[in-house]
Formats: sequence, structure tokens, C-alpha cells
Amino acid sequence: MLATASATGTIARTIDARGSYCPGPLMELIRGIRESQVGDVLAVLSSDRGSKIDIPKWVDKAGHRLVALENLDGYDRIVVEKAR
Amino acid sequence: MSPMHRVLIPGGGVGGTLTANLLARRLRRRIDRGEVEVVVVDAAGAHVYQPGFMYIAMGGERAERLQKPERALLDSRVRLVIGSVSRVDEVARIVHLEDGAALPYDQLVLATGSRIVPEEIEHFATEAHHFYTADAALRLRRALDAFTGGRIVVGIAGMPYKCPPAPLEVAFLIEAELRERGLREGSEVHFCSPIGRAFTIESVSEMATPILEQKGIELHTFFNVEGIDPARKVVLSLEGEELPYDLLVLVPPHKGAQFLIDSGLAPAPGGWLPTDRHTLRVGGRPNVYALGDATDLPLSKAGSTAHFEAPVVVEGLVAALEGRTPSGKHASYEGRVMCFFEVGDGKGTLLRFDYDHPPKPPKPNQLWHLGKIVFNKTYFHTVPKGRV
Repeated sequence: MLATASATGTIARTIDARGSYCPGPLMELIRGIRESQVGDVLAVLSSDRGSKIDIPKWVDKAGHRLVALENLDGYDRIVVEKAR
Repeated sequence: MSPMHRVLIPGGGVGGTLTANLLARRLRRRIDRGEVEVVVVDAAGAHVYQPGFMYIAMGGERAERLQKPERALLDSRVRLVIGSVSRVDEVARIVHLEDGAALPYDQLVLATGSRIVPEEIEHFATEAHHFYTADAALRLRRALDAFTGGRIVVGIAGMPYKCPPAPLEVAFLIEAELRERGLREGSEVHFCSPIGRAFTIESVSEMATPILEQKGIELHTFFNVEGIDPARKVVLSLEGEELPYDLLVLVPPHKGAQFLIDSGLAPAPGGWLPTDRHTLRVGGRPNVYALGDATDLPLSKAGSTAHFEAPVVVEGLVAALEGRTPSGKHASYEGRVMCFFEVGDGKGTLLRFDYDHPPKPPKPNQLWHLGKIVFNKTYFHTVPKGRV
């Protein structure tokens, strides 16, 4: 089971992509990752139902670390650490 | 007499031209009485049918057939100003042009489209081909003519971009051409998608993926172009992959107009206007609308989108002028888009969808391919003039 948000340490940046549709939230995360340093932790908020599937797949492919995935009120919060 | 009401439309593409013409038709008496003025501002004064660029590379199209003077397409009641916008002063309600002209407005329609920024990827200009300008499409045609076999990589170097099906179409058309020229056995065709499937819309991806497999085009998902290494002839992804190429075709990154960022209307770095998905108003402003590529809506950046948005913008403009709320069938935009999709070998399909109804593309056949060709040939007589 993934860690909860409270166990994820400091979030360097939260990307609020709620209201944006696939692939908007993933593209916002990719932009955030490009602008971050290795070790930074980013949170993405997405109301698109596909994000909780697509983003973890991308994180795995890109070699980063999925820290948390939470279902909140009408949206998902996905926390990612830039690992390389 | 009340002061003249000015509607200013920066952008002479599909969205700007059609909005101006539909508005001139609905308000002709008020325009003739001098109560309303409709002004289009366009940098070049030329209207370009951009979907035709792909056919310069792939279908024998010629650049001169894809352009008409904007004046020839506009209703005679619409004033055309040729110039580049430098800044919008929202407080004074004035649009400033680079040549120093100042154009006042009461209502503003931002139809400023998108622009390609290949310079954001190092070595793009010398290593990658594309089909987003007439010249680039002609260079790609020449490169294909000189191609005698090897690895062709087709990819997308930034989202969003104009005409989402276009890179898949080009991959399909190139593969078909290689077969026709007897070069297929000595060639590989690779298609790179930035997301986890071949196309953003799931139903279209489900249609396209088996065609990629059938044609032997290798699909690489989650391939976000990060750079090009010209010495080793490889394209690099953010995800850490490398793909060697002999011929590289990349959709360049796109952005909105710079003056929108400079004027505080759209956020950097993309410059896409925050647009209400139904009213098409920008950032809650009562008198500023956007349509076409310039918006941040989760829809295809395609002429078709602007085509279906224009009547909604016009109803909003007229309703505001008459002091009422928008009404009738164009009171609200519901995300309607329609576009043809080439799959090669003289076949195509049709994507028709809105916010709530994803496309259900029919099985590709010759009819939809011919439909696209007919649409391309008749465009200047139909769409900008509001005849379809």
C-alpha cells in the first residue's frame, strides 16, 4: 500500500490540474518534473479519472518514484518524487 | 445617438474570419447605420488553410493553392487592419499594434491561434522535419523523395499541438508510400506518443492501434521528446529512451501568441487563454472571448473546433450588445468537433465528438478519405464564409 500524504515529507510543489482532462494532468506533471531538482516531491491534483492509472504508469516508465496516491473528494492526489 | 460599438477580432484564421462574417450578417443593419463596427486584425492579411500543409508533403498539394487574401474572404461590412498586435490594454480597452496604431474596442474576440516554436528543441531546425508550414512540408517531401530505406521516426515534441491526428496520419501515409515505392522491406517506421497510448482520445486510440500493428509501425508510448543528438542521429526522451533515426519527423512544440502573455491575458509559458468551456469568455471577463487554437480548452486545436465555436461567440456578442443573455441553439458551446482522419491506402475515417460524447470512428473506408479531399478543395468557398 502506498504511503499517505502525511508520510510523504515536504511537497515542493502542488500542481492543481483539477478540471483539466487527459492528458492535461500528466502533461502538467511532466512540465513540473522538468522544472524540478532530483529529490523534489510534487503533488498533482486531478479530477480526470484516467490520471490515477496513466500517471503511475508514466512515473514507472520515467524512473521516478510514486510516493502516494489518494482518492479525495471528487479528485485524486498523486505524489511523485523526481528520482533522476 | 449612442457611441459606436466596436467588436475587435485579432486573428484572420478560421475562427476570426468566420466570427466576423457571421457577425456582419447578423448586425448588417446596425453596421450600415454606423452603430456597430466589426474589425479583424491580421498580421499578414492572408488566410491560410493550414491542414493542407500535410498534403504538400504527402499528397501533391501546392502552397499557392492554400492561401487567399483575407480581404477576399471577409464580408464587405468588416474592416480589415493589417498589423501585428503588441499589447492589449484592458483598462483603456485598446489593442496596440507594433506599428503604433491603437484600436479601441468594446468587445474583444481573441482568435490568435497557436504558433510553432521548434527552437525550443536544440538541433530541431537541422535534424527534424515537420509539416506545420508550407516550406517545412516541402522540405519533408524532398527528404522523402531522397529516402531509399532506413529508420523513419515520427514523433510529437510537445503538447498541445495543432491537428492531433496529423502525426498518426503522416506515419500511416509514409508507410503506405514506402510500400508503393518498394522501400518498405528495407525500412522501419516508428511512432512516438507522449502519453500511454497512440492517441489522446481512447476510442480513437483503440481504432488506430490495430492499424499501426497491421502496418508494422512500431508504437513507443510515454515518449516525450527531450532532445536530439545529431552526432549519433538519435532522438532522446524525457523517460530515458533513445531512438535512432535516418529520417526524423517531429511535431514542433506549440505556444499561444506572445502578446497574450505580455498583456496578462494568458499564463506563461504556454500562453493558452483560460476560456470558459461553454460561454467561451476569457477568465470571467464579460467582454473578452476566445476561440480556436488560442484557448486552453481540452479539445483538438483544429479549424473544426473554431468553426463550431464561432456561432456561440457571435451569439454572446450580439446578446451583450442587445442587453440580454445568450439564447437559442448557439447559446452555449458543447465541445463539438468534427475532423477527418487519414489511415493511408486511400482510406480515412471521421471523428465526431463533443464534451460528453467521445468519437465512435467508423471503419476506415475510401468515402471518408474522399470526403477529406473534397473538404480541402472547397474550404475557401464554404467554411470562412459561413456556408456550412
